[in-house]
Amino acid sequence: MIEVENLNKSYRKGKIKALNGISFKVNDGEVFGVIGPDGAGKSSLFRILASLILPDSGTATMNRHDVVKDYRKVRQIIGYMPGRFSLYQDLSVEENLTFFATLFNTTIEENYHLIKDIYQQIEPFKDRRAGALSGGMKQKLALSCALIHKPEILILDEPTTGVDPVSRKEFWDMLGRLKEQGITILVSTAYMDEASRCDRIALIREGEFIASSTPQGIIDNYADILWSVEGSRMSALLEALRGHSEVKTSFAFGDKIHITVTERLQAGELKQYLSEKEFSDVRIAPIKPTVEDCFMALTN
Amino acid sequence: MSVKVIEVSGLTKKFGNFTAVDHITFDVEEGEIFGFLGANGAGKTTAMQMLCGISMPTAGAGTVAGYDIIKENELIKRNIGYMSQKFSLYEDLRVWENIRLFGGIYGLSDKVIATKTNALLEKLNFQKERNTLVKYLPLGWKQKLAFSVAIFHEPKIVFLDEPTGGVDPAMRRQFWEMIYEAADQGITVFVTTHYMDEAEYCNRVSIMVDGHIDALDTPAALRRQFSADSMDEVFRQLARKAKRGD
Amino acid sequence: MKQFIAFVKKEFHHIMRDNRTLLIILGMPVVEILLFGFAINMEVQDIRVAFYDPTPDDFTTGIAERIRQNSYFNYQGKMQSMEEMEESMRKGKLDLAVVFPQKFQESMVHSGKAAVQLLSNSSDPNRGSISVTYASAIIAGFQQEQADLIQIPFRIETENRMIYNPLMKSSYMFVPGIMGLVLMIICTIMTSVSIVREKERGTMEVLLASPLKQGTMIFAKTIPYMVISFIDFIIILLLSYFVLGVPVNGSLLLLFLVAILYITLTLSYGLTVSTLVDKQVNAVIFSATTAMIPVLMLSGMIFPIDNMPMVLQTLSAIVPARWFIEAVRKVMIQGLGITMIWKEMLILIGMILFLLGVTIAKTKKRLE
Repeated sequence: MIEVENLNKSYRKGKIKALNGISFKVNDGEVFGVIGPDGAGKSSLFRILASLILPDSGTATMNRHDVVKDYRKVRQIIGYMPGRFSLYQDLSVEENLTFFATLFNTTIEENYHLIKDIYQQIEPFKDRRAGALSGGMKQKLALSCALIHKPEILILDEPTTGVDPVSRKEFWDMLGRLKEQGITILVSTAYMDEASRCDRIALIREGEFIASSTPQGIIDNYADILWSVEGSRMSALLEALRGHSEVKTSFAFGDKIHITVTERLQAGELKQYLSEKEFSDVRIAPIKPTVEDCFMALTN
Repeated sequence: MSVKVIEVSGLTKKFGNFTAVDHITFDVEEGEIFGFLGANGAGKTTAMQMLCGISMPTAGAGTVAGYDIIKENELIKRNIGYMSQKFSLYEDLRVWENIRLFGGIYGLSDKVIATKTNALLEKLNFQKERNTLVKYLPLGWKQKLAFSVAIFHEPKIVFLDEPTGGVDPAMRRQFWEMIYEAADQGITVFVTTHYMDEAEYCNRVSIMVDGHIDALDTPAALRRQFSADSMDEVFRQLARKAKRGD
Repeated sequence: MKQFIAFVKKEFHHIMRDNRTLLIILGMPVVEILLFGFAINMEVQDIRVAFYDPTPDDFTTGIAERIRQNSYFNYQGKMQSMEEMEESMRKGKLDLAVVFPQKFQESMVHSGKAAVQLLSNSSDPNRGSISVTYASAIIAGFQQEQADLIQIPFRIETENRMIYNPLMKSSYMFVPGIMGLVLMIICTIMTSVSIVREKERGTMEVLLASPLKQGTMIFAKTIPYMVISFIDFIIILLLSYFVLGVPVNGSLLLLFLVAILYITLTLSYGLTVSTLVDKQVNAVIFSATTAMIPVLMLSGMIFPIDNMPMVLQTLSAIVPARWFIEAVRKVMIQGLGITMIWKEMLILIGMILFLLGVTIAKTKKRLE
């Protein structure tokens, strides 16, 4: 269980406020996602929870151990995976794993069952130097190294950044299986679509949580009317939509445009407007928002 | 008949016994937004390096911006723009200093640089930040600025290597809107990305697997071809066949 | 304990797999010894010397004869006047002038002392000072001889050789210096870089977030370099003895003890540096500037300390290599025992304690 109460952190003598009164709770065995762009404060938050830096004020406990006062105990029970998967590039896969196991006073054999799923995928390369692995494999190795001592809480700082979509998906599948082992997982990401794979999430922006709930809960709290508009000539279409007085926001989402509209607007009316602007083959439909829609609505 | 800004055939790059890029053939038209996708290790970066004139192909031929890839690679460098996530601007130089630096590198005169700088800052609404050191700019602003600097000298084609990693979703879209604008003005945009939704913003997309191009078409056509709901799904189907990397 | 061993193993892996660096740290001592031994000749030869002796007597003749017969000197003749001497020197025809006062022997016998003036052409300061040194040595030898009228000749000669050789044969002078330099480079620079590399690569974060104690990590990081530098020390010793003919006159065990002390000191300094910098590049620059350059210039390795201005002599006192080199010279070349080097050893121990103290104080248990 993680309990965070009013955490504050600034850098450069107060000029940069990284965390501004963050409070939240993570239950045992939960997968909790902190979702937000770079610079929002995710890494600062995670480092404080991993006992690596001190907060300016506020408290945080990891399974009842205070991160400031009991940092030694915290360091025994957590598994930490910082960004850029800090591995030893010139040691082999197996050497890295053995090293980290010994670091935590255990052996690979002791907790092999925990990492088996993950490690099996890189085991054929166990003698290869970590520096020569692809991004996806490094990620798996880093995760194995963080797990090898059977931590009670796993802290993963942007584990999927820079990794291709296939590996990303596989990684989240692995996390799901770890959850079944009863490990509490705190993970951060800038990819909004990964939010749905967490039990609960918090959207973070400029050091503050702008929303915190289950993914569905956040979606349920979405207050606007959301439509999707499909058509050709995206760039011009966007401009046309933005010109309409009853359209509040329009943003491209892949091959569709998501628009938020006032209550007054009717779909037919909009279609008319667009065909007058020479957009004859548009398809308009109301849609359910994704976490990304929610994030953008909250930050506008 | 539109102009082809990139035309390559049989482009290959070997490192010893390892063939990173295996005889790829494709072309890109002027004003197109071309998405160049593939898993890490599939050969994307190596291919891009050859197109930018930085790396010499082992075999094959091609032209970029009208210049031969093998014989005129220095001319290619002068006529393209480049922006990557890893490096784009000098963090400890001011905004206007960065613009001047890159303008100068691409051979623009001081007068032209000065005029264009003012125009650029006004367009981005950056006048207040003219003297700010780049390292103090928020990430989204840095990226917009970096892109503007990359096309400052009005190249025929600009190469973007994962330009939008880790950025605020709203900022990311604003960035793509800048890309649209550039394309409308006739600049060809060659972009790689890990965000599959961004693949949809492209006119055409190619996906590299194990050094070959296994798919090349509009996003809509690819989705039909692979009976997929999204580019994400298309990518996954293709990547599953990959032998390299994972 | 297992943690410690695992860490030491890891450090050895890093070192062994970095071929370039390995080549440098094992090859460097060999290269330096051979360079200094054969290519760089610090000896000064062919010193053109002339005498001004207004009242020749047995003593002045004796001294002049000694100098003339020495193979380093090239006798130019007797000058008739000071002006002639100065003229010759100005024209660049003379390197060293030996000027005897009036009635040299008489002064010696009656008042117990007399001065000889040695004027050297110091347009090449090094050459100039060494010429003076050589000549002084010869004169001192003569004086010694006169004082020891009871001694048996061959006994005297033996003593002479021992005392004067460090000045005559430059290899005796620089071998301890090379030891001091090489060990400093390996231990200080490499150790500091090794620790800072973890900070730079990001792996330090992961280590901090584990139960590993900082002390264990630091200690484990020094072990491989301790081993390598000791191997280098032995390489230098062997090469000096067999290739250059430098004797090991004192106790080998004592020599090893001194080496271990010095190695510990340089390692400690490397640790101290690592607490002060964050980037590998800075570690190298900081170590090189504060360690290498003072060792090269101020430790007595190349330039004799006694010839330095007072300010630099004082500065030289805080350069650890100075004390190491002195201790090594005393033990290795002069064959002295531990009682003669207790001062040097105490100073080295004091420096170690100081540096370790600073390191411990500055080692952080968090990232900031």
